[in-house]
Amino acid sequence: MTAFLIILIAALLAVSVWQITKIAKLGKAPDPETDQSEIANDNDNKRNGQGMLLFVVAMYIMMIACFIGYQDYFLPDASSLHGSEYDNLLLLTTVVIMIVQFLTQALLHWFSYKYHGRKGQRALFYADNDRLEFIWTAIPVVVLAGLILWGLFSWNDIMDANLDDDPLVVEVYAYQFGWRIRYSGADNILGDANVRFIDNETVNLVGQDPTDVDGMDDILVQELHLPVNRPVLFKFRSQDVLHSAYMPHFRAQMNVVPGMVTQFKFTPTVTSEEIRNSEFMTEKVSKINEIRRQKSKELLADGDVGLDPYEFEYYLLCNKICGVSHYNMQAKIIVETEEEFNEWLSAQETFEQTLAKAEN
Amino acid sequence: MGQAVAVAHDDHGHDDGHHHHKETFVTKYIFSTDHKMIAKQYLITGLIMGVIGIAMSLLMRMQIANPEQPSVIFEALLGKWAPDGVMDPGIYLALVTIHGTIMVFFVLTAGLSGTFSNFLIPLQIGARDMASGFLNMVSYWLFFLSSAIMIGSLFVELGPAAAGWTIYPPLSALPEAMPGSAMGMTLWLVSMAIFIASSLLGSLNYVVTVINMRTKGMSMTRLPLTIWAFFVTAIIGIVSFPVLFAAALLLIMDRSFGTSFFLSDIYIQGEVLAHQGGSPVLFEHLFWFLGHPEVYIVLLPALGITSEIIATNSRKPIFGYRAMVASILAIAFLSTIVWGHHMFVSGMNPFLGSVFTFTTLLIAIPSAVKAFNYITTLWKGNLQMNPAMLFSIGLVSTFITGGLTGIILGDSTLDINVHDTYFVVAHFHLVMGISALYGLFAGVYHWFPKMFNRMMDKNLGYVHFWLTAIGAYGVFFPMHFVGMAGLPRRYYTNTNFPYFDDLADTNSLITYFAIFTAAAQLFFAYNFVKSIFFGKKAPANPWKSNTLEWTTGDKHIHGNWVGAIPTVYRWPYDYSKLNEDEEYVIAGQDYVPQHIPLQPKEEEMNH
Repeated sequence: MTAFLIILIAALLAVSVWQITKIAKLGKAPDPETDQSEIANDNDNKRNGQGMLLFVVAMYIMMIACFIGYQDYFLPDASSLHGSEYDNLLLLTTVVIMIVQFLTQALLHWFSYKYHGRKGQRALFYADNDRLEFIWTAIPVVVLAGLILWGLFSWNDIMDANLDDDPLVVEVYAYQFGWRIRYSGADNILGDANVRFIDNETVNLVGQDPTDVDGMDDILVQELHLPVNRPVLFKFRSQDVLHSAYMPHFRAQMNVVPGMVTQFKFTPTVTSEEIRNSEFMTEKVSKINEIRRQKSKELLADGDVGLDPYEFEYYLLCNKICGVSHYNMQAKIIVETEEEFNEWLSAQETFEQTLAKAEN
Repeated sequence: MGQAVAVAHDDHGHDDGHHHHKETFVTKYIFSTDHKMIAKQYLITGLIMGVIGIAMSLLMRMQIANPEQPSVIFEALLGKWAPDGVMDPGIYLALVTIHGTIMVFFVLTAGLSGTFSNFLIPLQIGARDMASGFLNMVSYWLFFLSSAIMIGSLFVELGPAAAGWTIYPPLSALPEAMPGSAMGMTLWLVSMAIFIASSLLGSLNYVVTVINMRTKGMSMTRLPLTIWAFFVTAIIGIVSFPVLFAAALLLIMDRSFGTSFFLSDIYIQGEVLAHQGGSPVLFEHLFWFLGHPEVYIVLLPALGITSEIIATNSRKPIFGYRAMVASILAIAFLSTIVWGHHMFVSGMNPFLGSVFTFTTLLIAIPSAVKAFNYITTLWKGNLQMNPAMLFSIGLVSTFITGGLTGIILGDSTLDINVHDTYFVVAHFHLVMGISALYGLFAGVYHWFPKMFNRMMDKNLGYVHFWLTAIGAYGVFFPMHFVGMAGLPRRYYTNTNFPYFDDLADTNSLITYFAIFTAAAQLFFAYNFVKSIFFGKKAPANPWKSNTLEWTTGDKHIHGNWVGAIPTVYRWPYDYSKLNEDEEYVIAGQDYVPQHIPLQPKEEEMNH
């Protein structure tokens, strides 16, 4: 990877040096008409035309190199049901735009080279062509209509946060600078809540209404555990400023807005265990750990503390600027089997128990 | 290629009596009402703001490449915000915020549109000045004042505004939420309120001038595309800037007078606030009602400038003049109904998301038409590769590259997972940042001879272009892939997520390219300053252009033309037009300026 980057930089620098030397040479050429000397002459036209050609070739190499060199930057296959639809649409859109990119950039730079100015060359007086205009209005219309339609169908599916398939209802609660997770307990109904009920002494951290019976079995935790293959309906609340709950591996994101409840629903399909053992992730993690080992060596040599090796866990991160520690507002997500999930959940304290403890 | 045809000075001395009043230094250079001087004031102020904005981006990039590492540069420039040379996370967000604000408003709105609208509208439509020279002067000085306040806010005790250039409340409304939301945000809002006033005065002036003050024969369909772009840009500004003003005003009320337009149910620093019933989503709507048209306020002038430059330097008419005008109008209209695509995951009703996806992808169509028309204009041309032309071709290239990724972001479904990542940063920097800057550079290289009567050094221009072109793609193309990895923007450091560790190399690479690109701008700065004083004397019409500004001669007088204002007889794109006998309309000259009457043997065309 690093080698590739170095080659890329070297190639681009070589291009720039090549250009500069050409230009420096041009600068020395005496020009008979001093008045016109700062206006492009045939030589400038030719050199810069060639430059355009070289530039587009370099650009193609860079684009291909980026797609190859950075292929493991793309997120692994989605770990949610709607995510695979998302990935297909993204792939199709990317292919379409890259085709357009290759064609238009080729034409733009090729014409810049081919028709660079020469003394005596006549430009073609060509001001209009309704048919051409029609064609290149119609093609984007058709292509975009297809993408829009597909996108809109997916969008409606993803955003349809109904309760028909008995989703697990979970509240994701954001504050500067962290997350709390509230499970709705046995009744699958979240108790009413408002920041005015927040009481740090009774550990009513998310402002649950202590008089609402629906909330008594609610469970407040720090980590997001999800059972695999069960739809989860997330309800988002914030106590202070805007945040955004971003779960990239599930292709899920929703802003968290103080004063209102936002929602997003998805079905996780890959457990934490499974994704850790996937080919993509083992390679990615071993690469990351190699980087961390190198860095640790440097740190230890400086007398600092080394870095721990990394093990992949899904994460939830804040993706809307929310204050000075915005960059470190994260929570772990654990996707596990239904049994594991139930076992974990039953070991947690309910709101009723918390209140009782606080009274003692 | 023969001689430029000079303006016929039949009635010389007929119309110039009142233009020769005595000018003092103050009325000529400071409180000038001459649109040309005001344009230069805008340009130079804009360029200085640009230097500050770009310097800020370098500080950010250095922090991202070497997170939390001490640097003497930070220590020197950031002072108390970099204890022991390590950048403070708060000031990182402040840099993000002020960089965005300065580049979008102060450089690309005022510096680009302010400069070239002022400079070119009267000159290209054949008017002696703007409709109101006085308001124009006020507009500039309000802009100057708002720049001064914005820069001044960098020095307040708790630091400048740091809530992002979008200043979403409650973060921007509550000093408890972050230090930058104290005095810094107050100054930001005051500065922007003044900026909006400045922009509105300017825009109203441009619209009135274009509608009322065109010279004889200059029908709307004979206007150069630059003027069409400036005219429509001004209209978009008039429609959308007041909405930002309203948003800023309501935010000021929430901050200082206890209202709750945008605030509700907030518990912060151990206390529940009294605010109840407001919605931050309302602010987002108001903000983006300006914020999205703002993209086109930035971009359309750049596209207008390149249309003119590409036609002139291709020695060909712009292809599809009417389609170009129609797409400017379509973009302007659509730009005011797409703002919701910034808010797909804001919590607004998903049905609205569908509507905004639809309108957003519609706007790709006129944009595509423009790109195709530029390419066709190059086809079978006789391309004169002046620096302005190179930047114009570069603009088309970055406009396409950046515009295409907009298809991903504008699709509500796909936006879910790339929203607010570096993918967005890469997209908008290419499509509006770099493209508009290329437009600015193209404009400066092209009209410098008109502004200062001197030529810029073309070889320095070539060096500037090629280094910038390589550097800009080097910065922003790899950045898309970093975004695809799900790396959020506006993170002070990525080291808290080991998953992002393998992106560090690429982030360093981007930083090197950023420094390289910024260094390349020194060629421009040197060339610009040197050429103002020592550049070669410019010919009357160096680029052999058709538009009226090249008919004024080299005397810079308030009133533009010494004699009568020329009358216009044709559109501005009669380049390489042939008679039926396959000869140029004017023998030995491949262009026919707008003030030349229809020649014998010439076929009249309706464009």
